Amino acid sequence: MEARFHAAAAALTAHTRGHEVSTLWFAAERSDFVRFNRGLVRQAGTVSQIYARVHLIAGQRHADVTVTLAGNHEDAASIAAALDELRGVLEGAPEDPFLLYATEVHSTRRVHRGSLAEPERAVSALVDAGVGADLVGFYAAGPTYRGFANSFGQRNWHEVESFNLEWSLYQRADKAIKSGYAGFEWRDDELARRMATAKAQYKALERAPHTVTPGKYRAWLTPAALNELTSMLSWGGFSGRARETRQSCLLRMQTGDARMADAVSLTENLGEGIAPEFQGDGFVRPATVPLVTRGSLGDALVSPRTAKEFAVAHNGASSSESPDALDMAAGEIPAAEALARLDRGIFVGNLWYLNFSDRAACRVTGMTRFGTFWVEGGEIVAPLAVMRFDDSMFRLLGDRLEGLSAERDFIPSAMTYRERAVDSARLPSALVSELTLTL
Amino acid sequence: MLHTATSLFHSLRCDGSFWSLRLVDERSESLAVRRDVPQPASRSRDRGAMVTVYADGGAGYAATSDVSVEGVQAALDRAARWARSTASRSVIDFRAVEMPASRGDFESPGADVPWPRARWYELLAAESRAARVDAAVVDWEASVELRTAEHVYLTSHGAQVRQRYRFVMPGLYATANAGSITQTRTLRGGRGVCQQGGVEVLARFGFEGAGRQIGDEAVALLAAPECPTGRMNVLLMPDQMILQIHESIGHPLELDRILGDERNFAGTSFVTPDMFGAYRYGSELLDVTFDPTRPEEFASYGFDDDGTPAERAYVIRKGVLERPLGGLLSQRRASMPGVANARADNWNRPPIDRMANLNLESGDASFDELVRTVKNGVLMATNSSWSIDDSRNKFQFGCEYGRLIEDGKLTRVVRNPNYRGVSASFWRSLLRVGNDATREVLGTPYCGKGEPAQVIRVGHASPACVFGDVEVFGGDA
Repeated sequence: MEARFHAAAAALTAHTRGHEVSTLWFAAERSDFVRFNRGLVRQAGTVSQIYARVHLIAGQRHADVTVTLAGNHEDAASIAAALDELRGVLEGAPEDPFLLYATEVHSTRRVHRGSLAEPERAVSALVDAGVGADLVGFYAAGPTYRGFANSFGQRNWHEVESFNLEWSLYQRADKAIKSGYAGFEWRDDELARRMATAKAQYKALERAPHTVTPGKYRAWLTPAALNELTSMLSWGGFSGRARETRQSCLLRMQTGDARMADAVSLTENLGEGIAPEFQGDGFVRPATVPLVTRGSLGDALVSPRTAKEFAVAHNGASSSESPDALDMAAGEIPAAEALARLDRGIFVGNLWYLNFSDRAACRVTGMTRFGTFWVEGGEIVAPLAVMRFDDSMFRLLGDRLEGLSAERDFIPSAMTYRERAVDSARLPSALVSELTLTL
Repeated sequence: MLHTATSLFHSLRCDGSFWSLRLVDERSESLAVRRDVPQPASRSRDRGAMVTVYADGGAGYAATSDVSVEGVQAALDRAARWARSTASRSVIDFRAVEMPASRGDFESPGADVPWPRARWYELLAAESRAARVDAAVVDWEASVELRTAEHVYLTSHGAQVRQRYRFVMPGLYATANAGSITQTRTLRGGRGVCQQGGVEVLARFGFEGAGRQIGDEAVALLAAPECPTGRMNVLLMPDQMILQIHESIGHPLELDRILGDERNFAGTSFVTPDMFGAYRYGSELLDVTFDPTRPEEFASYGFDDDGTPAERAYVIRKGVLERPLGGLLSQRRASMPGVANARADNWNRPPIDRMANLNLESGDASFDELVRTVKNGVLMATNSSWSIDDSRNKFQFGCEYGRLIEDGKLTRVVRNPNYRGVSASFWRSLLRVGNDATREVLGTPYCGKGEPAQVIRVGHASPACVFGDVEVFGGDA
């Protein structure tokens, strides 16, 4: 695929005229997708796709078109046709005062080849390991590719071969344990180990669900649950554009009306993530950007366009200005002490379907989901009947935060909208003195 | 494209008991003027092929952006290998599935969008300018996405379906700020205005002239008090009703959720198969149809992606649950009737059960009568927040804009109107249903579901409705 990228890049350069600048964003994958239900295969397939976003710039006029490529000798003609199409668009197009793109050549290459199971073997391994349980899940595996090229000669290549398996063991109705196994080197014994852990947790689901009334409850949030909460912060919270236009959910930190606990430090840590280090305008991104430091608001993720629009410095953020590798500093609570430290309250395995109930106040609502239990005396009593929470992130990560775990989980995104995601998070668990349940 | 697809199809070889080719060719252009600055045009041409093979009782699929004979043949071979390798572990015995051999065409209404790009920019610039009514407006944008699509579906059983679509999706927003308060108004929510057709879609929603109104309303919200807290009646406008229908009727009635396919991601359903035919989902006033036949509605089509002809059907009649939203395969698995809603969001994803157009049928109350029905309560318009549990039962929704109703009359504007409830009981509190004059045909391009994940077009038409005894609240003051 790398050769296909370079061929497309060569075509881009060859068909760009003297007064023009062009760039290419190349996103491809060959993915095996298998979904499971009731311990059997529901759908199995393979998707091979190549998308190329061609961007043509003439002075301050510019436009882009995203096209599919076949991955063969016809790609050069497709790139040339895309450039011709854009020339037509640029005729009479308005000038853009906020255009900014990289002109210094900074080429990079990062290739991480894995050792994946043959897909049919992965299917057998999961089905066999799940025997005896109502298993529903999804396996996605194969290489993902991202490339950037421009007519100045810059070439950036990012290739990762990985798998991401997520499955849930259902005891009944909405009571389940969700587990995951993701990485670059597939091992049957590791899958078996994780399945055994899941089946052990599953036994606790056999007890009758415990129902609580709305109110405030002590809670332990696992990294998966905390990931849902921090994902809400990533929804515009760190965006330079959102900050400049007063739309960030962290507005009250911006105005000095709120802060988080000293234990909270959040960093965009690309150096330890799996996302490419370059972005669509050709800028290479810094390895780290401090977003929240010891509870205080840090830098924003600023794209080149936002930088021009608001006369601020950019830090190579992508146009979405959201983190691709959010990293939360660890705390001091040993994860093994989770139940003991919680004592009485809710062990939250996962949260689900979060949204803002008051964005400007960073107030978030959502539901408890998989692997959530009522705990008394530091022991699991029963699975919790699902409950809705509605609470301020400034409180949950502020005065109600008792501590963070010393251990952290690396959570590669399992999202597959349009393409397999390459973002990730590294997060600890969190112990909060009160979580407000409302329904 | 039909000729190209047919020629390609006849060049392919497959020894499966059934196989199909679905070719998709979509083109789009997005234009916007933000903060009075024209944004660069962004276009796309997305073309690819999906093949499905049934063999030895199993099924497999493969998709490719290489639509040459060699590329699609390689995909077909891969799909056949998947079918055979998973046959002994398949949740369905595909030997027992009879696929339809439909033949037909479908085409969106309206002429091709005739406007040159400069005219679009002129309109968008005018509405963008108008939206900045005050210095408190800190962000504002007028935009449109234009999309055309051609889908061709051919099978070894003789199906031949060609469907051509035109979609228009205009948008407007204005965001106002004062200190730590920020409020946003949009035109029927983010891309809530989305229909099939041409430029006539804009006139249906009064796009020209709407910029000033949303700017005014965003500024008014800054000075408005928080929505009150308490149990009261609510009058939900169509641009909130569509979200209520989508989340707490549409998704729980999707048959693949009821069968458990989505439990690892999008979730299950509080609805069980035994409830169809008898369960009281809502009050007597609740009539809900699956309707792919309304020409301008966003998810109208002639055939679903399994080739099943699409027809209108009641899913809830006089409040009683009648049938689920399940396509051919789900119907066979559940031994239940369904609808033609096996749909894929693109060439690179397989069909699954989606709600398509799901509409709440009009009642007889005028808007004034609806307001008078509410002694004391809140009118809520334009969804801004949505959250619901994985069984699609406990929900909490928020709106951009609220107005108090006091003594049966609309009074003050309130900000951050939110309400919460439980699907299983909420629809039974439906007190009044608006007439056709209160009805709007809206939708969303962004309904997410599936593994691999898919984001698909759905349409919802709804009148304004009144619900009784709802838990209402505002934001943090």
